[in-house]
Amino acid sequence: MAPAPGAGQPFRLSMLIHDRHYRALLIQALVFILVMSVASWLVNNTVQNLARMGKTFDFGFLTNRSGYDIPFSLIPYDSNSTHLRAAMVGLLNTLLVSALGCLFATILGVFAGVLRLSRNWLVARLMTVYVEIFRNVPLLLWILVILALFTEVMPAPRDYRVAEDGTAGAEMILFGGIAPTNRYTAVPAIVAEHDPGPVTVLGLQIDAMVVAFALALLAAWMIHLWLRAWAQERQDSTGRRPTTWWISVLLYLLPILGLMQLFGIHLVAPELRGFNFAGGMNLDNGFVVLLLALSLYTGAFIAEIVRAGILAVSRGQTEAAAALGLRPRPIMALVVLPQALRVIIPPLISQFLNLTKNSSLAIAVGYPDLRATLGGTTLNQTGREMESMILMMGIYLAISLIVSAVMNLYNSRVRLKER
Amino acid sequence: MSEVHAETVPFVRDTMLPSAAPPARQSGVVLWLRENLFSGPLNILLTLAGLAAVWGIVSHLWPWFAHAVWNASSIGECRQIIAERHGEGTTGACFAIIRERWNQFIFGFYPAEHYWRPTAVFGLMMFAVAPILFSESRRLRWTVLAVSAVTSFAACVALGAPDRVLLAVGAGFVALAALIEYAPRRALAFSVLYPFLAVWMLWGGSIWSPIAVLAGFALALVVWRLGARLGVGLLGLALGVAAAVWWWAALGPRVAADLQGLMPLALVPVESRSFGGFLLALTIGVSGIVMSLPLGIILALARQSNLPVVRTLAVMFIEFIRGVPLITLLFVASILLNYFLPPGTNFDIILRVIIMVTLFAAAYMAEVIRGGLAALPRGQYEGADSLGLTYWQAQRLIILPQALKISIPGIVGTFIGVFKDTTLVTFVGLFDPLKQMADTIRATFAWKGAYWEPYVFTGAIFFILCFAMSRYAMYLERRLKTDHR
Repeated sequence: MAPAPGAGQPFRLSMLIHDRHYRALLIQALVFILVMSVASWLVNNTVQNLARMGKTFDFGFLTNRSGYDIPFSLIPYDSNSTHLRAAMVGLLNTLLVSALGCLFATILGVFAGVLRLSRNWLVARLMTVYVEIFRNVPLLLWILVILALFTEVMPAPRDYRVAEDGTAGAEMILFGGIAPTNRYTAVPAIVAEHDPGPVTVLGLQIDAMVVAFALALLAAWMIHLWLRAWAQERQDSTGRRPTTWWISVLLYLLPILGLMQLFGIHLVAPELRGFNFAGGMNLDNGFVVLLLALSLYTGAFIAEIVRAGILAVSRGQTEAAAALGLRPRPIMALVVLPQALRVIIPPLISQFLNLTKNSSLAIAVGYPDLRATLGGTTLNQTGREMESMILMMGIYLAISLIVSAVMNLYNSRVRLKER
Repeated sequence: MSEVHAETVPFVRDTMLPSAAPPARQSGVVLWLRENLFSGPLNILLTLAGLAAVWGIVSHLWPWFAHAVWNASSIGECRQIIAERHGEGTTGACFAIIRERWNQFIFGFYPAEHYWRPTAVFGLMMFAVAPILFSESRRLRWTVLAVSAVTSFAACVALGAPDRVLLAVGAGFVALAALIEYAPRRALAFSVLYPFLAVWMLWGGSIWSPIAVLAGFALALVVWRLGARLGVGLLGLALGVAAAVWWWAALGPRVAADLQGLMPLALVPVESRSFGGFLLALTIGVSGIVMSLPLGIILALARQSNLPVVRTLAVMFIEFIRGVPLITLLFVASILLNYFLPPGTNFDIILRVIIMVTLFAAAYMAEVIRGGLAALPRGQYEGADSLGLTYWQAQRLIILPQALKISIPGIVGTFIGVFKDTTLVTFVGLFDPLKQMADTIRATFAWKGAYWEPYVFTGAIFFILCFAMSRYAMYLERRLKTDHR
């Protein structure tokens, strides 16, 4: 083994400057001392300021009664609940709009990205216009424009009333399923006739139907994995792969249909009763506007990512696969997609993270997300700026770090194995 | 038989027939249409859907744009004019709001008699960036300079700047143009001085304060150079920074005050709260863009460094900033920053926002540049080492020029993001052009209910600026392309 640099020589002070090894140590020590002294200065200031204002630093306020209502909540909540529960409601709302936004943005982005490469001149140009317009204008503007569209242009609920001569001021869209109004958007509700009620799992109250569906899907997935392994084994030993795709489809489909039948789950379309819609679900327009704006905006970015991914797979790959005798579908599934996805997935995940962070623009539409509950009303009512902000930033940071960690795991799995 | 032969006139073609035109279906417009729009059932369907979409959008929006009114003093008058011209019940845009409130959209509540200051600053900015951005193409450079100089001078005249100001601005433009033409390297000195000049002209106050700040930088530079000559390298840099901090904290402000007493040179100070509209967006956006690039480079180098402490600190900083929304950072700037600073300090809200936007952009920039650094072949690093270059020499001469070139699209993408994100300052109470300024104008009785026109106007300006930036990135990529393909 080669001796460490400077080894065997007695330490001299000048080595701190001229010896690479000691210089590295010196620089790191200096940087560390500098950063720590700045940090301690900041903490010291904070302690002084808090003391001067007679404030303390503790998170005890989270267990106090919140005293405010949240109009849109996924879990039971009222003004007697704690601030912690309000924060939970906000977090779930953030996650809800982010998850749905990611889903819609991906669908939209894949369509737009593929169509932008289409041989159809008109459609390709239209998609280019969509992408450039949405990418080059601030998201806030799109949120405000869509909000104005809903509050100013959409009809009032009573305009959907069919007059005696058979005409109505407005028509419901999607086969009478959805009615956008200037106050809310009425959509069909999912109703279960035989709701078995909640069960307690690990001390948490969870709806029994959710548990049943989760278990059924988990079982189907395990059988699916086993089936695939079996098919692979057959292929390895006999050279022929048994056709299993329809078994897989049935595996997932049958339990879902069965459970839906069992619980009597069906959709109930909204219906105009009096001046308002009832029967369906009346979605708050803040939610709808935010969801639409986030999906359209992020969709434009995803379209570019998808386009770049497809263009990144060279034509030679397709031609080589065809020369090996593969049919078009296996070429797509085994050669092009795996390579395109390797390029697409990392920036796609980073767009998902951007969408989640951008959902904090809910502030512009009054949707009660994490920033509006914990970082808004709770902060203002309790006057605990420091604690609320730290907690809120910590939660956003945790979401981002968890997603990044999962992405890195995936990335290291699909990475090109270089030697 | 032979007679017959003798009498037959042999046919020898001596001219070619003109070639016939290809069938109509195989050429020109028809062929193009067939190939690009109607090549199969799916394509026909797509084309029809596309046409339907275009028709839907145009038929809804065209009347609104076509009925636009540019001359009115209130939304009611606008609607009346539209009803008179095009009949009751027709809709139309009322762009009169833009015309009437143009100054507010551009300058916010900046004092009207000083409108020439931001205008001149904007004109001078082009002179500061032209030697850097358009150094290659003389024609492009002169087009940009001529257009910006003429427009900003004309705007100064129109905004009623005093004669001596006009004289100074005009002379400045001419002198700078000459400097850029005949001594391009000297012109870079103006690019360095420009930020101080801009700050002084925008916010006003004594000229000696920005000069004192500048002197601090000069002091640091001198100490560092001295250190380098004595061969203490990094120690010299540290001493330089320490000297500058000492100057800014202790001596500089007093010297500036004394000089102001000796030789009073000052512009009327303007409050930060009165900044608004596109002036605010550009001030924050340009500062964020200019400062985030060097900071991002340093962060990227720190993250790629082989010193574990430096690397860890860089990773922590970058991941923290990238993990939280910009809005929360802006809230930190507006409500929490006072906790972190010594009791009694209260510094400018725009400065706080600029700091936060810069840190935010720098973290993203660092990731983009790290991508460029990682994409460089290992051989480049090894080649630099084998030439015996020091770390900083290698970075400056070999690594960074290539890494930055690779990351141009990402860098400009980050710039565009920063500029778009300047609209978020509306949530900490600043008058951005998109929401707060427009809301303020809508709050007046005359323009109550004018929703779409301000959105269309601000959206168009943002689109033009961001689109121009992305086109410039493409131009830069072409210009810097060195591979022969």
